[in-house]
Amino acid sequence: MLWSFISRTRGRNRFDLTDWLTWGYLIFGMLLMFGPVLWVAMSSFKTDAALSEYPPSFLPLATQTAMVKGYDKPLPLYEITAGEHKGSVLAQIRRIGLNAQMVDPAHPDEKINVKIGDRQPKRELTFAWDNYSKLFKRFNFMRYFWNSVFITVVATVITVLFNSMAAFALAKYKFRGRMVVFLLIIATLMIPPTINLVPIYLVVNELGLVNTPWAVIWPAVATPTGVFLLRQYMLTIPDDLLDAARMDHASEWRVYWRIVLPLAAPAIAVLVIFSVMWRWNEFLWPLIVLNRSEQFTLQLALNAFQGDLQTSWSGLLAMTILTLLPITIVFAILQKNITAGIAQSGVK
Amino acid sequence: MAVVELDKLVKDYGDMRAIHGVDLTIEDGEFCVFVGPSGCGKSTLLRMIAGLEEISSGELRIDGTCVNEQRAAERGLAMVFQTYALYPHMTVRENLGFGLENIKTPKDEIRRRVDEAARMLQIGDYLDRRPKQLSGGQRQRVAIGRAVVREPKVFLFDEPLSNLDAELRVVMRGEISSLHRRLGNTMIYVTHDQVEAMTMADKIVVLKAGLIQQVGSPLDLYNRPANQFVAGFIGSPRMNFMAMSVTKVESDGIVVADTNGRSFTAAVSPDGVAPGDAVTIGVRPEHLEIGSERGHPVTVETIEQLGGESYLYCKDADGHPITVHKSGQTKIKAGDAAQVFLPEESIHVFKKDGTALTRLRIGEEA
Repeated sequence: MLWSFISRTRGRNRFDLTDWLTWGYLIFGMLLMFGPVLWVAMSSFKTDAALSEYPPSFLPLATQTAMVKGYDKPLPLYEITAGEHKGSVLAQIRRIGLNAQMVDPAHPDEKINVKIGDRQPKRELTFAWDNYSKLFKRFNFMRYFWNSVFITVVATVITVLFNSMAAFALAKYKFRGRMVVFLLIIATLMIPPTINLVPIYLVVNELGLVNTPWAVIWPAVATPTGVFLLRQYMLTIPDDLLDAARMDHASEWRVYWRIVLPLAAPAIAVLVIFSVMWRWNEFLWPLIVLNRSEQFTLQLALNAFQGDLQTSWSGLLAMTILTLLPITIVFAILQKNITAGIAQSGVK
Repeated sequence: MAVVELDKLVKDYGDMRAIHGVDLTIEDGEFCVFVGPSGCGKSTLLRMIAGLEEISSGELRIDGTCVNEQRAAERGLAMVFQTYALYPHMTVRENLGFGLENIKTPKDEIRRRVDEAARMLQIGDYLDRRPKQLSGGQRQRVAIGRAVVREPKVFLFDEPLSNLDAELRVVMRGEISSLHRRLGNTMIYVTHDQVEAMTMADKIVVLKAGLIQQVGSPLDLYNRPANQFVAGFIGSPRMNFMAMSVTKVESDGIVVADTNGRSFTAAVSPDGVAPGDAVTIGVRPEHLEIGSERGHPVTVETIEQLGGESYLYCKDADGHPITVHKSGQTKIKAGDAAQVFLPEESIHVFKKDGTALTRLRIGEEA
């Protein structure tokens, strides 16, 4: 059923030119979109050594090592491709110029000299899981994760509540100046957020919110996009329904809560996705108002990986993947509503 | 139970006055129909009674209490909307129970009343469906059911049948009438369809441009329309009108003549007219007799044969369109010349300002 839907072709029973073009275009798009993400995902399983390797490999390959008697550290294994030892697997002790001093793990006493061109590292697929476990052990990942989740969830709930109430009033009540208020709200879209940084910081600072999650939440909850999106959708809800509810003894709050809100669900789903994405990915504002590391969101913690002199790429990549996961899940759950919501409210 | 009194009700939208001071009393248990062409203010008036539109001035009393300041919910009325306005995200049961839930009725009481209403309206089988899964007639029943469960003092209907097909409309008309007989509540019903008004009403209120034209029982309005508007609005097909001038005034009737000098006698009270006055006479299609022996010469233009009855659309020498109703079938063909006879007791006479002269003999009673 699903397969017959996906594999529909324009040509009957066989591939038509447009089918080739369509498939080609879609596959190209998929590679373009997914390629980098997949690369990051693969790289997050590489060891630091494998990450700095050139040329880079797509799969997380690592050189095999072996403990050889008489040596303290594990030695990397090489396969010999030419010369008298061709075919055998030897461990490298050290490199000297164009030659490598090697040893057969079976006979640790005998040192062998091999040209570096005659050997290939013996590699296998290894997932460096400790990139991830390190995050939890050495790094307070759960703390940052919780900070991000708290800010995202609370800000989204308040955003939906505030924006839908404003949208309800603007869409369904007739009052003097309704259009002016609406236009003012929309007009704020034209102000670049960077201009607001300083004044908002002053307000937040004055309220004593700096270095609390509320410093990120409160300035973000009133969004003109959200009000506009919900208002446009609510305009399509027939007034008769509201009047019917009023005749049914419903207070204005009940009308909003039991009738308008459930019926605006598709638009609300869109706003939820937007808000979750905004808050989860937000970087600049949290960077300004959250200075203590125990208040950091995931995005700030990611930034902390990048030191002035040294960057821990393995940790950074692993954390990037963990940061991507929740938003991907939210998107997957709500994606069905997005198209409907966007199509019906006419907002992108 | 509930007497609804409208005392000089006015509705202004900015500078525009939609309702011009309406006075009306609707008695307890009465089925009152507001009828009029679209834009006449009938729906606005209903919404003012419901509490969905503010009253600009005047007073609305229910059982003697002024309810101007009460919100829609507090007035104890229930309304059925033209669009049904069923909550699409709730099941039929939730739709019916929503109003009771809002006034904190106990759960089993809601259940009992919903079940009872569902049985009465035969929607018991759909209680768990959503409105989208119902047909037009079923939705209509649910909308009525939602009003019934609340046991309101007054039912308000806002053109509830206009979205149904002709056949279903007749059925639902009967059901609403029988509902009224069973419950005995006061009902106010808005429609633009005069057939609905005639068949269901105890009292019809004819409105035009925010003013009451006439209030009365269906037959009152049919037999004694107060003015030319009501005469034309009530009755289908509409009354035939012809411009005439008065030639003779007597105590038991007046004589009028058209421009060709053909004269007609009308049995109306001659108060307020004098010879020479321009008047309009009106005769209902069903009171005209068509034949070839006597009367007003006309040309037949179109004929509608319905089998049981026939409508002949004619034109007279002055160009007045004249519709004639004839029961049974007719042998007359389009293009034929014929003569229509206007019985003197069924002629209505309207003065220049549109008001009617009192008829002295009513055709039906004679």
